[in-house]
Amino acid sequence: MKKNIFYSILFLFFIFIFIVFYLGLDKPNFYTPSESKNKNFTTFTSKELFLNDEFNSNDIIENNNFTLLNVWASWCAPCRLEHSLLMDLKEKTNINIVGLNYKDKKNNAIKFLNEFGNPFVKILTDPDGTISIALGAYGVPETFLVNSKSKIVRKYIGPLKTDDILEIIKIAK
Amino acid sequence: MIKLTKLFLLILILVLSFQKSLQANNNSLLINKISKNLRCLICQGQSVYDSQSDFALSIKILIKNKIEEGKSEKQIYDYLKNQYGEWIVYDPEFNKKNLVLWIFPLILFTFGGLLIFRKVFIN
Amino acid sequence: MISSHIGYYSLVLGFILSISLLIYSLFCFRKNNKQINQNVFSILFLQLFTVVISFISLVYSFVISDFSNETVYNNSHTTKPIFYKITGTWGNHEGSLLLWLLVLTLFIFLFIVFSKKQPTKYRLLSIFFQQIIICGFFLFLLLTSNPFNFLFPIPNEGLGLNPILQDPALAIHPPILYLGYVGSSIIFSASLASLVENNINSEWAAHIKKWILISWVFLTIGILLGSVWAYYELGWGGFWFWDPVENVSLMPWLCLTALIHTIIVLEKRNLLKSWTVVLSIATFTLSMSGTFLVRSGILNSVHTFANDPKRGVFILFFLFVLILLSLILFFIYQDKDNNSQKEFFLISKETSILINNWFMMYFLSVVLIGTIYPIFLEVLINEKISIGPPFFNKLLIPFVAIFLIFMTIGPKLNWIKDNYRGIKYLRIILFLICLILSFYLIKKTSSEILFTSLLGGAAIYLLLISIEDLFKKKYNISQVISHFGFSLFILSILINSLFSNEFSANMKVGQEISFKKEQIKFSKIKIFEKENYKSVVANFEIIDEKENVISLYPEIRIYNQPNILTSEADIISSVFSDKFMVMNLLKGEEIFNVRYQTKPFMIWIWLSAFLISFGGILSLFRRN
Repeated sequence: MKKNIFYSILFLFFIFIFIVFYLGLDKPNFYTPSESKNKNFTTFTSKELFLNDEFNSNDIIENNNFTLLNVWASWCAPCRLEHSLLMDLKEKTNINIVGLNYKDKKNNAIKFLNEFGNPFVKILTDPDGTISIALGAYGVPETFLVNSKSKIVRKYIGPLKTDDILEIIKIAK
Repeated sequence: MIKLTKLFLLILILVLSFQKSLQANNNSLLINKISKNLRCLICQGQSVYDSQSDFALSIKILIKNKIEEGKSEKQIYDYLKNQYGEWIVYDPEFNKKNLVLWIFPLILFTFGGLLIFRKVFIN
Repeated sequence: MISSHIGYYSLVLGFILSISLLIYSLFCFRKNNKQINQNVFSILFLQLFTVVISFISLVYSFVISDFSNETVYNNSHTTKPIFYKITGTWGNHEGSLLLWLLVLTLFIFLFIVFSKKQPTKYRLLSIFFQQIIICGFFLFLLLTSNPFNFLFPIPNEGLGLNPILQDPALAIHPPILYLGYVGSSIIFSASLASLVENNINSEWAAHIKKWILISWVFLTIGILLGSVWAYYELGWGGFWFWDPVENVSLMPWLCLTALIHTIIVLEKRNLLKSWTVVLSIATFTLSMSGTFLVRSGILNSVHTFANDPKRGVFILFFLFVLILLSLILFFIYQDKDNNSQKEFFLISKETSILINNWFMMYFLSVVLIGTIYPIFLEVLINEKISIGPPFFNKLLIPFVAIFLIFMTIGPKLNWIKDNYRGIKYLRIILFLICLILSFYLIKKTSSEILFTSLLGGAAIYLLLISIEDLFKKKYNISQVISHFGFSLFILSILINSLFSNEFSANMKVGQEISFKKEQIKFSKIKIFEKENYKSVVANFEIIDEKENVISLYPEIRIYNQPNILTSEADIISSVFSDKFMVMNLLKGEEIFNVRYQTKPFMIWIWLSAFLISFGGILSLFRRN
């Protein structure tokens, strides 16, 4: 009898493992960043790309209902894809679009903007990538939609898609 | 036994000679230590220490800055956990949800010890 | 084209043979013949033959770069050197499974040929159980991972093999590792057969011990080769990362190591029968679970295969069929041997082997839970955690230290009952000296002084004791060598991890930086065009305090197919320390990120790991 109970438990245990493994197969094994809604946006100061002045991110965010902060670099191929969407966004709306130039060279960045246009009101620089880490970003491109109270409303990882742009317009209205 | 002692002395001398070469910059050692315990989030199973990706390089600079600010090792882990979640540290916390992880092997060990004890003494 | 047809249809034929063997072996089993029917041999041989043909045709497709074959297209390229075209055959999921199958069929054939003295019914049942496994693998190949899929239109060029796999150590690492894994399948089948036949006794132990040793030796060398490869090819200077794929090979190894010890008890004392069967089943189950964890892509790891959820589901079901089968058989037949209750004494070799098993199971449980716990957490409460080196170190180091101390006592005890021989004060003093020495060494380097110095002390002590035993000839030489190897292994790893030095900087050609007492000079850079990659070789000069100059040539390879950069470390090994240098290209600049490390006792790690397996090899060739 004792033996039967033991084997039944063992059997159930294996079934349990089986189910967990089976369900585990559907889970991604890579990093899936959490939707950090309503997380506070970390304030930082850094140099503007053109002006070479120090700016505090708070000053830029406070005065606008919504700010779109786009982390980009001239060497990043997917950034080119989303760049035209950002240009569109700039023309269609008056949302405050700020760039964060990630680990880039000034010349290359300017060349990039000359070629593809400049959708940004201001471009802050992040020469060693630490500001992006402080923001909780993990690469380029990455985009944050921040409200005037410095809360992160949306976070987009990877290049923006048309749907994302529509969503941004909807929220920012 | 004499042979043994000789060998022992030989090893002692060898090891002592290593001792000398041992003075390093503490900060860079600490950076290495911390970055070994962090997962590079955009890589496949690599630590921040091992990776040369932009993400990992930035994290290394961040660690250096934080150390220079006077932050402790634990504060740095906590900071990064807050930013990226627990997935980034290789050292799982000892808390309620990881309880099984930490104590399962120990329970098994105790249980095994009891079994052996029974086998040897109760027969 | 034609070779793919041949390969595919011989696989199908092999599968049919497998089914017929399943039925036929049971049929013969019922008939109670004294000898195994000659037909069984013929079918077994034919099956081996079909798999060999299939394997050769895949190799052939790779050699001639037949891109009408999907596997070849995905993993090969015309410009690849011929050696890597051949080894590329098993550098991918489909090909490596075919290799598994080849080894499976080869092993059962050899097993039947070399087990003539064993009872006929036992041999037939072994064939039966082994064919269940083989059948499963045939199905797996044919249904989810056919290596002979056609592509149309036929591409002109293949996608190429991942450059980090284009390496001699990695070319032989998988086959050797598979020999180890698959060897455990024979142990599994044989012990189930033996369980059913109530044949578990000293004689059987003596016969199966050889197979256990064979797979243990292959597994050990396989893991060793994998580590050597990681050390110089992954370019991080480490050799063990507690990566899931590594853990997965370590788990069956721990189980097999326990089994090697237990089987001796069974052989000499006819004890621990059920436990032997449990360990045999567990070893193979762990090998299979490993295959599941690696191939299904359920875990995040350095080594990735092309993932296909269908594969994961198949292995998972197959795995649980095998576990269920062995559970049921164990449930039905396990009672029979409970009548042989012999006495166990505290001070005896039996007890010390039980203690060995006790620790091995503990190590196994740590590695196991550390590997699969993240899956559970994610499925059950949807949270992601990472488990890495700190976890394993914390749970393993204290126990390994105690384990080492047991290793100095256990092997010396006699069977059945040994006497308490009084305390040997000299030994205790020696041990204390070892502890003090280790503490003195470690106090400046490690944060966890207590356990690390205990580990170091215990390892030094075991080293000394086993050196003493080497000269005494009283003890089993293969055992002493393996144990000596183990203590040396732990000690080398400890010294290596504590006394490694590292320097990392961004450097330009011509720059010179001083590090500790050495000067590191980046003297020049050269670019070569090779068969399938462009090679950027740097020359660094390391000048030590005595003005001795050592040149190191780290390399960056820019492969064209697929377009991947790899860093090739340059390593200069000497008896006591390795000089390891690797560089990386920084984006769009003329500056290189250079990492220079001195790693003491590196060779000793390899050497001692080899010594551990050498003990096993020696034991295979020794007559009892």
